[in-house]
Amino acid sequence: MEDWTVLLVDDEEEFISALAERLAFRGIKARTAGSGEAALAAIEKDPPQVMVLDLMMPGMSGVDVLQHIRRTHPDIKVILLTGHGSTREGMEGMRLGAFDFLMKPLSIEELVEKLRNAVSSA
Amino acid sequence: MNPKSWLARLSLLSIDEDGDSPERYNVLRRNMMILMIFVTIVPMLLMAAVNYHQYQTALKEEIVNPMRILVNKAKHSFELFLAERLSAVSFIASAYTFDQLADENELKRIFRVMKSEFGGFVDIGLIDESGVQVNYVGPYELKGKDYSEQEWFHETKIRGSHVSDVFLGYRRFPHIVIAVQSSPAEGKNWTLRATIDTARYNDLIASMGLDPRSDAFLMNKKGVLQTQSRWYGDVLETVQLPIPPASFEANVVELTDREGRDVLMAYASFAHSPYNLVVVKQRAEVLRAWYTLKSELFFLFVASVIAIFLVVFKLTDVLVKRMRECDERREAAFREVEHSHKLSSIGRLAAGVAHEINNPMAIINEKAGLMEDLIRHGAAFPEKDKFLGLIKAILQSVQRCRSITHRLLGFAKRMEVQIEVLDLNEVLTETVGFLEREAVYRNVAVEMRLQPNLPRIASDRGQLQQVFLNILNNALAAVDHGGSITISSWEKDADFDAVAIEDNGSGMSEDTLKHIFEPFFTTKKGTGTGLGLPITYGIIKKLGGTIEVESKEGVGTKMTVILPKQPLKEAGG
Repeated sequence: MEDWTVLLVDDEEEFISALAERLAFRGIKARTAGSGEAALAAIEKDPPQVMVLDLMMPGMSGVDVLQHIRRTHPDIKVILLTGHGSTREGMEGMRLGAFDFLMKPLSIEELVEKLRNAVSSA
Repeated sequence: MNPKSWLARLSLLSIDEDGDSPERYNVLRRNMMILMIFVTIVPMLLMAAVNYHQYQTALKEEIVNPMRILVNKAKHSFELFLAERLSAVSFIASAYTFDQLADENELKRIFRVMKSEFGGFVDIGLIDESGVQVNYVGPYELKGKDYSEQEWFHETKIRGSHVSDVFLGYRRFPHIVIAVQSSPAEGKNWTLRATIDTARYNDLIASMGLDPRSDAFLMNKKGVLQTQSRWYGDVLETVQLPIPPASFEANVVELTDREGRDVLMAYASFAHSPYNLVVVKQRAEVLRAWYTLKSELFFLFVASVIAIFLVVFKLTDVLVKRMRECDERREAAFREVEHSHKLSSIGRLAAGVAHEINNPMAIINEKAGLMEDLIRHGAAFPEKDKFLGLIKAILQSVQRCRSITHRLLGFAKRMEVQIEVLDLNEVLTETVGFLEREAVYRNVAVEMRLQPNLPRIASDRGQLQQVFLNILNNALAAVDHGGSITISSWEKDADFDAVAIEDNGSGMSEDTLKHIFEPFFTTKKGTGTGLGLPITYGIIKKLGGTIEVESKEGVGTKMTVILPKQPLKEAGG
């Protein structure tokens, strides 16, 4: 089991719960948050090393969360999730300070690779 | 029916706007022609008619008046001549007595003076009450002649003076006689008689100065010619013309003579003598100017009508053709807009659907994946492999959905174009790099024929990559194994660069070629989304370029992309 944790943020409960379980199988500790506000609260309590953040959420949007994090916890690496099928949003996000991005539906192997990259990068 | 449409109907210019048949253009053209011809020819006709009559009247006046004047003048000349001679004879009769005049020498002297002072006297004679010529001076032997039975003698006795018609007397040539009676207070009446040469008459007529195509003569009230007529008889013959009623004012009439000639006859009656002066001109001659004018007018009219017809035909033809063209263009433009709208609404629909689907698909993906993880890491059970197989199938289907929705979203996007100055050759080489492994695996030879120092263009790198990737993928799919793909680039002209990707694969039929840029059209059963080329087409259009495809079944396909060096403004998306 890795010694770092990842926080999965998405309003689709079914999605991130299954994802968290799958990550556990691969030796990765994952926590979940169902909204931007819940994510920020979770970070305050126990900051993760890396975050997987869905852009399209009701309430506080992924971009807002990202910008917040960059200010308050700049060492947390953020990987953006987008269902839009466009690379533009991802690139835009990376300009805002995200580490990487993935498109839904995602490939678990790709996600794991990106997570490991994020943690190991300075 | 509102007045506007009523008026349009009346003017034959309304046209069934919603009708489909090309007939309506023919109807419109026909109506326009009718209207235009009517409006131009009817006024022209009216004017021509009015002109015709006016000219006719005016010309007649032009011809008739001079004739009238001429006749009057000639008449006055004649009357003057006769009046002079009559005065002379009257004077002699008053100034001398019978006895003086009966003296031969005296009469001779008087006659000599008369002849020298007044031209035209041939002889003179003194006649007593009983009609016997008692004295005579002249070229003939007429002394002692008895005139008591002659009409002029009776006339003179009654009237006191007399100017005779031309007659052939004893002398067998035409002459006239002037006779004046003297009634002295005491003594018997006597008559003085003089003969005038009719040659003077002819001189007078000659002096009228008529042109050789007219005839002028003097005739008496009964129509007996007093002078020679050119066409209508000799002296003392009855003129072969209808005799007009007496008129002191010169009058002009039209009539047809016995030879069938149409003539204009001007005549005037003498006040103190029983004569009519007549001038005859052939109408054809007189009206020659009129006939010329008439035929000129007619010719002009016909030429104008022909010209009008030609112009109207041509004009309406051109107009209606233009109208038709415009209508057709409008139709085409409308259809294009419709098509474009349709595409964009499909696009929006597709985008909406794709986006909505991504989330549930992500759930399926993770759930099925989790199932796989659980079973793999769990204990063995009878159907374990089968379960794993089934889950694998589910995951594969999800992947298929994923690629479909991603492409769908790519198609619908209104992504903003990010312009940078780039080297096409560089982009091409990069893109080919992505597919290099695939090409090697499939044993496909890739040849690059890139123009060195190809001028850089300003365009969107990402979108260009997508375009070339797409085309290359299609080429790879077409050649399958062991074929070749050639990629070339060159500078087309001052404003455009061109890239061609040619393969020697299966090629496409003409039918297929027609549809390749249509969304969802695909020849790849089962795997194709049918969106690759429409997306490519859309991107190229947005970048201001064009794409051309040549293909032959069994030979290969060549796709040429032409890109502007500077991005152009284009409509739509």
